[in-house]
Amino acid sequence: MRLKILDSGHGFGTKVLFALIRAASRQRVLDVIKLVKYRPDFYGTPMSEVTQEAMRGASPWSVGDRELMAAFIAKINRCEFCTKAHSAVADLAYGNRTKAPAALSDLESSGIDEPLRATLVMLGKLTKEHVLDADDVRAVIAAGASFQQIEDALAVSFSFNIIGRLADSFGFSVPPPRAFDAGAKYLLARGYR
Amino acid sequence: MSNIEQARRALLRRVLEGEGNASLPDRRAAFDNSGFAEPLSQLVAKVAGNAPGITDEDIDRVRQSGLSEDQIFEIVVCAAIGQASRQYDIAKAALEAARRN
Repeated sequence: MRLKILDSGHGFGTKVLFALIRAASRQRVLDVIKLVKYRPDFYGTPMSEVTQEAMRGASPWSVGDRELMAAFIAKINRCEFCTKAHSAVADLAYGNRTKAPAALSDLESSGIDEPLRATLVMLGKLTKEHVLDADDVRAVIAAGASFQQIEDALAVSFSFNIIGRLADSFGFSVPPPRAFDAGAKYLLARGYR
Repeated sequence: MSNIEQARRALLRRVLEGEGNASLPDRRAAFDNSGFAEPLSQLVAKVAGNAPGITDEDIDRVRQSGLSEDQIFEIVVCAAIGQASRQYDIAKAALEAARRN
C-alpha cells in the first residue's frame, strides 16, 4: 500500500481484529479490508452502507449477476484486485466457475442471458467513456431488462467505480487465488457491512 | 428494489461536509477534479481518469509538497467518489430520459 497509515495506522482494537482474521483464514488481511477499517467514520462505514444496498439489497438481479457486474466494471477499469475478487464471489454465487470467467473473457460469445449481456455493455460504455444517453438505455430495455434492473445496475456501477479507483490509487497488493476464495466466502455469507 | 440514494447522500455529506484533515475546499476540489496546482492536480486527475497509471512517485510528490498521509487519503477518496458521482448522474439522467419517452 502506498500510504503507511492504511497498512499500519489502525487503532488497537482493529489490529486485534486483523490478528484474528489472519489466524482464522491463514491469509494476510486483504488491503480492501485495511482500507475500510481505517478511520471508518470517514469512508469505510458510509461506503459499506452504499455497497451493501447495491450488492445485497432486494433486486431483480441475482447476487451472482451483481458480482459479475462488479468484476466487469473492474476489468474495464483495469483493476486487477477487484476483477479477481468479484469474479471469485460471482463464481461462488453462481455455483460454477465458468459463467463469470466466460463473460469477462468474451462477453459476446459467453452465452449469458441477453438482458444481462446488454446491461454489461451499457456499464462498460459508462465506465470506459463516462457517457450514456437515452438510446443506450433503450437498447438495454429492448434486450429485455427492466428500468428497475438498469437502476440497480447503476448502483453497482457507482460503488465499483469508487472501489476500483481506490484499489489502484492506494496500490492494493494482489494476493494468491486462495485468498480471494476465502474473501469470496466471507462476502457471500456476510455481505459488505 | 435496491435504493442507494439515502446511503449515497450520507456518504457525500460525510466526505464533503464532515470533519477531516484536508480542508473542505480541498476535498470539494478533489471531488470536482478541478482547482488544484501540481502535484496534486495530476494525482487527482489520475484517480479520476487513469487510476491504474498512478505510481509511487505520484503519491511521493504530493507527500513532499507538505500534505500528510491522512490528507492524501481523504483527497484520493473524494476524487474517486467525485468521478463515480459524475458517471452516476449522467447515467441516471439517461435513464430518466428513456423513461419519459
